[in-house]
Amino acid sequence: MIEEKFDAIVVGAGMSGNAAAYTLASRGLKVLQLERGEYSGSKNVQGAIMYADMLEKIIPDFREDAPLERHIVEQRFWMMDDSSHTGMHYRSEDFNSDRPNRYTIVRAQFDKWFSRKVREAGATVLTETTVTELIQDAYGKVIGVRTDRRGGIVHADVVVLAEGVNGLLGTRAGLRTPPKPETVALAVKEMHFLPQEVIEARFNLRGDEGCVIEAAGTISKGMTGLAFLYTNRESVSVGIGCLVSDFAEAMESPYALLEDFKRHPSIRPLLEGSEVKEYAAHLIPEGGYRAIPELCGDGWVMVGDAAQLNNAIHREGSNLAMTSGRIAAEAIFQVKSRRDPMTKDNLILYKKMLDDSFVIKDLKKYKDMPNLLHTNSQNFFMTYPQLVSKAAQNFLHVDGTPKLDKERETTRAFVKARSRLGLIGDAFRLALAWR
Amino acid sequence: MHIVVCIKQVPDSAQIRVHPVTNTIMRQGVPTIINPYDLFALEEALRLRDRLGGTVTVVTMGPPTAEDSLRKALTYGADRAVLLTDRFFAGSDTLATSYALAAAIRRIGETFGPADLVFAGKQTIDGDTAQVGPGIAKRLGLLQLTYVSKLGAVDPDGRSIEVERRAEGGTQVLATRLPCLVTMLEGSNEMRRGTMADALRAAREPIVVWSAKDAGIEDIGKCGLRGSPTVVKRVFAPTARSEKAALIEVRPAARDTADALIDALFTRLPKLEAELIAAQTA
Repeated sequence: MIEEKFDAIVVGAGMSGNAAAYTLASRGLKVLQLERGEYSGSKNVQGAIMYADMLEKIIPDFREDAPLERHIVEQRFWMMDDSSHTGMHYRSEDFNSDRPNRYTIVRAQFDKWFSRKVREAGATVLTETTVTELIQDAYGKVIGVRTDRRGGIVHADVVVLAEGVNGLLGTRAGLRTPPKPETVALAVKEMHFLPQEVIEARFNLRGDEGCVIEAAGTISKGMTGLAFLYTNRESVSVGIGCLVSDFAEAMESPYALLEDFKRHPSIRPLLEGSEVKEYAAHLIPEGGYRAIPELCGDGWVMVGDAAQLNNAIHREGSNLAMTSGRIAAEAIFQVKSRRDPMTKDNLILYKKMLDDSFVIKDLKKYKDMPNLLHTNSQNFFMTYPQLVSKAAQNFLHVDGTPKLDKERETTRAFVKARSRLGLIGDAFRLALAWR
Repeated sequence: MHIVVCIKQVPDSAQIRVHPVTNTIMRQGVPTIINPYDLFALEEALRLRDRLGGTVTVVTMGPPTAEDSLRKALTYGADRAVLLTDRFFAGSDTLATSYALAAAIRRIGETFGPADLVFAGKQTIDGDTAQVGPGIAKRLGLLQLTYVSKLGAVDPDGRSIEVERRAEGGTQVLATRLPCLVTMLEGSNEMRRGTMADALRAAREPIVVWSAKDAGIEDIGKCGLRGSPTVVKRVFAPTARSEKAALIEVRPAARDTADALIDALFTRLPKLEAELIAAQTA
């Protein structure tokens, strides 16, 4: 047994764990962070887009040395059917500010940097060390962890569970339930190497500028899902994700979806001549507000993906993770400064602070979205994309048909596919869930 | 017993990529590991220490980032780590490397107690020379046991050591006196998983960092590029050879298939036939 006791043990070195460990250590707490991977980032998978504002609140001058790929100046939303895409593009010179808002990153490199910051802040970081069990006292208060190393019990006043979406530890200790197939998405992605100048030419970029494509439609074969293509400095990340329950029901395999997406006539030319460097898969918590477990208890708090904090509608996860990690750390610091014990009654401060932040407010706003999209996935991911594509084609195809007839044809197609009542219902439900 | 283990941080050869455009090796972003042969040496040293008592000091020469490998060695259970780092060492070949490491080991002996045994891996996977271990032994005047596959009895009081050494056509059992230098082969043991206490110590304990001067090196001219008579003249990727598979038409009765195939082969490759016959008669 290790005699030494820590103020806090952080389990996991992803975005939330690093944010928590950094914030705790930089406020002078004695922190031990445990990570099962060879280094922070070795096991972490994300698209990945990083939101500057949330990182600035933790490390204000991160731009000085963080490994950032490109700052995003152009966002494309594509609604796809099998042969076309209907797109909404937004590009602005305003995104070329001194302090851009969004960056693409490569997690293996970014997390290594973040972990170095955590060490520099004074935390003790152990990698290749898996926490196997939370140690609880006779009253159920978490008092430490056991690891897979010999002599592995370490004690702490509070344990920050930043262990990621699977939440094995929290589940084993009865603090949460395992992820359900209908509340997690399985996303797969590939990194395609392309020379910098080819990326810049293909996506109309200069220097560090980046472009993001997010696409939905028939590419997910009627399942609730989203595909993406992000530009890094010398590579392009391309991926697709759908709910696990949908995969099971539709008997589709993730890699086959990704292959189809890559072969889509709108995507293929963007990837031409590239070399695949990396293939990765990851679960994403998509249950939204209703899937959030208890966030704290006696001697523990839960942050990031482990606490299901992910905004699927806005495709934001890492910023919720960072923010929850930071807020949990600030709450722990406040409790500690008052010399109060790390009980649930005191740690509830974390939940209160999180409720007041964008994290819970946003998730609450969309609390009905996951359910709506899931139960109506055929309409939203098959029927409408096809109808929209048809309408656009109809509009643009010049063949001597009077314009009025063309409009009627489009209207008829929508009504035929969904009925007037269905259309109104879908619009109403969508508006209600968005509100 | 004081055991010194020489390790080297090398790029993980399993993950080295060739740049698709320039055809050069992309070192950036390639993870580094402890040279795999050195791990067998380290584990053997740790086992000896556990059995006989004493301390294990790991030493490496390299850039400041080589600290990662030393910390890893501490995680496995080494007691002390020394990093020999100096810009004067840049560009060292095996001669200059063994000169610097020998000086450092001498200084380690003066500072932490004389070394009874020096371990090294047989060779590194990035240099493949197998020269640095013997080079150190020569400079320190140590007896050397190279290509060791197994350690036998080690008697620190009687100052003796017995090892098995892989040799052509068999195994040699060698005995000699301490102190000596041993270079280890692969597969002699399996690296342990360090304890929680070792991992904590490794994460926090300072590493001893020595410059050339700290290590007591007087002649800088024998270090780095200046002290290295061998230079890498050129690095290139071998050109890919592609030979098209040829279909050999053979239409024999089933039991003669092999004969017919050999006939067809010898017709196409007469030189091969001549060589095989020559080998047969020889």
